[in-house]
Order: sequence, then C-alpha cells, then structure tokens
Amino acid sequence: MLKILMSDIGRLFERLSSVGTLYLPIEGGGQTAFAPWRAGADVQLDRVNTDLSVKGLFFPQTEDIAFFKREGKKISVLPSSDPDEPFAVFGVRACDVRGLEVLDKVFLDDPAHMDTFYKGRRENGALIALACSSPAETCFCGAFGVDLAEPSGDVAAWIVDNTLYWEAKTQRGERLTEAVRPVMAEQSGTSAVDASKKAARDALAAAPLASLKDSLSAWGANDMLTLFSSPLWANLSMSCVGCGTCTYVCPTCQCYDVQDFDTGHGVTRFRCWDSCMYSDFTLMASGNPRKTQLERFRQRFMHKLVYFPEKYGGMFSCTGCGRCLSKCPVSMNIAKVIKAVGGVENG
Amino acid sequence: MQNVRELMIKKAGEMLSSGEVYGVLAWERGDFACDQTPALFTSPESLSRLAYDEFTAPMLSKYLINEAKKPNEGKKVMVFLKPCDTYNFGHLLSEHKVERDRVYAVGVACSGIFSREKTLLEKCLACKGMEFHHCDEVIGGEGKITWDKLDRFAGVEMIESMTPSERFEFWRGELSRCIRCNACRNVCPVCSCVKCVFDNPGSGVMSKSNADEFEENMFHIIRAFHVAGRCTDCGECSRVCPRNIPLHLLNRKFIKDVNALFGPYQAGASLDDASPLTSYSVNDPEPGYKDKAKGGERVA
Ligand code: SF4
Ligand code: SF4
Ligand code: SF4
Repeated sequence: MLKILMSDIGRLFERLSSVGTLYLPIEGGGQTAFAPWRAGADVQLDRVNTDLSVKGLFFPQTEDIAFFKREGKKISVLPSSDPDEPFAVFGVRACDVRGLEVLDKVFLDDPAHMDTFYKGRRENGALIALACSSPAETCFCGAFGVDLAEPSGDVAAWIVDNTLYWEAKTQRGERLTEAVRPVMAEQSGTSAVDASKKAARDALAAAPLASLKDSLSAWGANDMLTLFSSPLWANLSMSCVGCGTCTYVCPTCQCYDVQDFDTGHGVTRFRCWDSCMYSDFTLMASGNPRKTQLERFRQRFMHKLVYFPEKYGGMFSCTGCGRCLSKCPVSMNIAKVIKAVGGVENG
Repeated sequence: MQNVRELMIKKAGEMLSSGEVYGVLAWERGDFACDQTPALFTSPESLSRLAYDEFTAPMLSKYLINEAKKPNEGKKVMVFLKPCDTYNFGHLLSEHKVERDRVYAVGVACSGIFSREKTLLEKCLACKGMEFHHCDEVIGGEGKITWDKLDRFAGVEMIESMTPSERFEFWRGELSRCIRCNACRNVCPVCSCVKCVFDNPGSGVMSKSNADEFEENMFHIIRAFHVAGRCTDCGECSRVCPRNIPLHLLNRKFIKDVNALFGPYQAGASLDDASPLTSYSVNDPEPGYKDKAKGGERVA
C-alpha cells in the first residue's frame, strides 16, 4: 500500500494525468461531475456521490456512429472510429464501479455483438476507486452486495484524516502504481484504513435504507408474472411525471436511441441516451408499445429488478447509488418500489 | 405544521367518508426528509400516511389535469394547494385544463420549504406572498414570511447589467450542464400541452438529448417563450432541475418585462383578466421598437 498527504494530492494528479486525460469529481454550478483535471480545478472528494455518474465517460450521452456524405448520386458512409485514447478516472465510488460491471454485461457479454465504442473506452480507461467513509441518507449499495469500504476498480483508495492510501487491484492498477510511485510513500500493513472501513460499514448499516435488502427477496427472476401484474403499480406510478431524470442520473440505465442529424452538408448518425419513462421511447409505426405512464414506470423497475437478474445470473441492475432518490422531482423511486412490492411500508 | 397536518387529515377523512370526493391529492411520507411523494388517498384509513411539513416540496395542481377528468360518477377530487400553487391552479382553470366544478380546493398554510441541505428554497426566499386564490377553504390560515425576503428580480437585474457577450457566456455555461431530462418541462403546470413540440419526432428537434449546442439553447429559449405571460413563477423548474440550472431567471426576465410594458401582472391570480400576451388592445406597447416612424430605436 502507498500513501500521500492530502496536501500533496496535486502531485498525484499531475503524475496520473501524464498517463492520459485524468477525470475527477469537479465542482461546477453547485454540482460535482467527472471532468478533466487541470491545475486549480475545484476537486471535490468529500461529497459522496457525483451528481452525474461515471457512466457518461464510458457511454456518453450522445456519440456519433457514422457520417453520410452525398456527392451527386453517390452516398459514402464514414464510420466513427473506436475510442483508443487512454484516460484515468479518480474518485469513482464503489456503487459506480458496480454500475460499470452492469454495463459490461449489456455491452460486452456477447462476443458476437460487442459494443465497440464502449469496449474501446473500457479498455483505455483506468478506474481509481475511492472508498466511502460517510454514506448519504439515500445510499443503499449494501442491499446489492456492494461494499462501500472496499471498492473494486484498478486501484482502490481510502482517505483517512489527512492521508490518501492507495492499493493496486489489477495489472493495469500495478502499472498506474509505477507511474505514481515517485510521489508516494510506502505504507506497511492496512491497519491505517481498517478502522475507517469499519466505521463506514457501520454508518451504512445505520442509514435509513439499511433494511431494504430484506424486501429484495421478493424480487429477482422468481415470479415475473405476479410482480408484473401487481395492483400496486397504479399507485406507485401515479406521481411520476415521466421525465428522464432517474434514467439519466442512473449509472446502469443503458437504453439508447439512434437518430440522424442533418448537418446541412450531410447526415450524422448518432446514438443518445433514451429513457423508458419517455412517451416516445421505442416508438414505432403503431406508436409506443407502452401507452401509459404506468407501463413505462413499471418497465424501468421490472428491468432493473426482474428481467436483468433473469438474464444475467441474478445480478440486479441497481447499485443503490441513491441518485434517483435525491433527484426525482416527486421523490418516487426504486427504494419505494422495492419496499412496496416487497410488502413493506416505507417511512 | 404538525397541527396543520392533523387538520388536513381530519378534513380529508370527512370528505372521503361522506363520499363528497372520490380521492384526495396530498403527499405521502417517505423514509427521510425531502422524500415525500404526491399521492391520491382514497380511503380514510390510508390518511395516517399523509405528510405535510417544511420539506413537502412538490406541487399538486398539475395532477388535477388527469384527476379531474376521471369519470368517478362525476364526483370531485380534493386537492391541497400551497399559496404559490393556487396561482398554478388559477392558470390551469383559466386555460380550461381543469374543470372547476370537479375540484374541491383546500389551501394549506405554508411556512417555507427547505431543501435536503436544510436551506430555504430559492423560490421561498423570493416568495410572492402567502395569500390563497380560488380555494374552497383554507386550513391553517395565511402564513407569515419570517425570513429576509430576496428581491425577486435582483438576479434578472444582475444579468441585464451584463454585456451581451457576458450574458451569452453566462447562459452557455449554465445550459451546457443540461441533460435534457425534461424534468423542468414535465413538472411545470404551464407546460401542459397535450403533446409538446419536442416530443414530436417529426419536428426535427430532439427531445431526449442535445444534438448540438444550438439545440441545447433552443429547447430553453422555446420553453421560456412559450411560458412567457403564463408562468406563475412557482419555481418548480429550478427546484427540480437535477443540474442546478437557474431556470427561474429566464422566466422572471419575461415577468419583469411584462410588468414594465403592460403593468403589473401575476399569472393565475385572476380568472377574468386576459393575459397581456394573449390579448390585444390598440394601446399595446411595441416592445421591440420605441417609435417606428423615427427609425425604430430598440428598447428593452
Ligand atoms: S420516477 Fe421521478 S425521476 Fe423518474 S421519470 Fe418519474 S418523475 Fe421523473
Ligand atoms: S436505480 Fe437509482 S439507486 Fe439504483 S443505480 Fe440507478 S440511480 Fe442509483
Ligand atoms: S430539468 Fe434541468 S437538466 Fe433537465 S431538461 Fe430541464 S434544464 Fe435540462
């Protein structure tokens, strides 16, 4: 394990940015989001979760797929090239790392249909995960077996008092470690971080949503039809205004749309995030197959808590990051859905 | 507030038991502060879950568009309205989005709403006042503003004092954070078109992402223009924006200009007045030009 004083952290960032673009949680407009580091940036490592997840660095909100150019009667197609720029992300929390593991299933699981854009970024992006020491009231990562104090990633880091501790977890992490070693000191043993890990786990166990995992047993691939036909969906979905907030802030929501943009000189085909909550989601000639907000709302949660685990060996596609809890305009969210359909009253 | 909540439960229970209303639009408690959800209560027993306190933020009037249309043997729906929401209710009535006869509107006293960070919301700092409009009755009486009020138009004046390029930079900076989640539009009681132009795939503009910077600006410019003269300044758009974009500044610029050009106007306050921007009189000012005959000097 290596360590560095927080007062020297700028030197660590400098070393890391020599490897490729370095993304960090940076403050802007009263929010934090992953943005490229430059000296003097307002780096925010205290706030538990960034307002937007790390998803966008690997699966951007919009991304060009191909360009069409017309010359006379000839149309040429120029495909976008796969991303190959190396980069590193520092300060990813355990729940967001799990988010990427969920996206890996969708985009990389089937060798015959890999998403080459996503693959390019995953292969070139190093993750330096930061353990949490004080979870927010909206956090419930523990329900999905995510350990806030022991994040996976290429490197795991802990901040205890005024020191950052660093431990490589993968080969890529080892390579990064070599790059930063000159500015760091050796730390023997892990006792320095053990107490802080315990405190973090205790804090999560005392958070308001700690008991959520008990309601999760009602979910999963068990009884799809019963869950689908639950009479509770009507009341749960009543307040939903059908915005895309929960989907867009979610580290695992992966649906996208493909659209053409007329540039005036040709056409750019791009993909962009889509939301099952939107009225024009999967629109086809006959309209949206899910005609009511109830059906759209149900889809989001059935996908995360039933269809996904059904397809991928029981893995839920929620990480308990809590973003949809704090961002939904009407405070309707997956925690309430899990409990209500799982037979528990909230509050 | 506890007392107000009890009175609300009592009233809602009476109305449900007597069968005068088929349901009550209120808020249901959650797991922590800032976790209350709008809900339709249909039985007196369920009312123990009703919540109302200084964290009860979402407004209920927009739900009336759907609720007041449900057949339910012609029965009314009861709704709780905070003072600022009564303007939204008025607006929806004046545009015939909600039928007055189908609603039993109860004003509820407000003492300001706090955010998750336990600070008073901007919209409350700039509160328009605690009076109720268009209500059948009021619970808890008219509240009092006990805090130092923010000048509603100070932010607009700050932007007006900028040079055009500073102003452009300011808005580019703010709007570049927009993720096009449409939360601002979807909570807005004025944005109640049956189908928004941005949801029309044939319109050629995207509703779910910004194809480029121009579209990012355009969404907000079109929305601001479409709610001009109709926006009640309820502050919901800024409250819900997950990217913390100060959308109220756009709306308040229009409100300030409408006030200056046509005289003080508060959308949703009265059901009789035609809105300055939807009515015409020969004496209407020409905001873009001071005196066309003299070559059209620009003002405002
Ligand atoms: S659950 Fe909340 S955030 Fe998600 S679409 Fe509905 S209103 Fe928007
Ligand atoms: S559903 Fe909500 S809590 Fe779960 S991962 Fe997505 S944003 Fe986070
Ligand atoms: S709520 Fe905010 S982020 Fe969402 S569309 Fe409106 S301005 Fe953009």
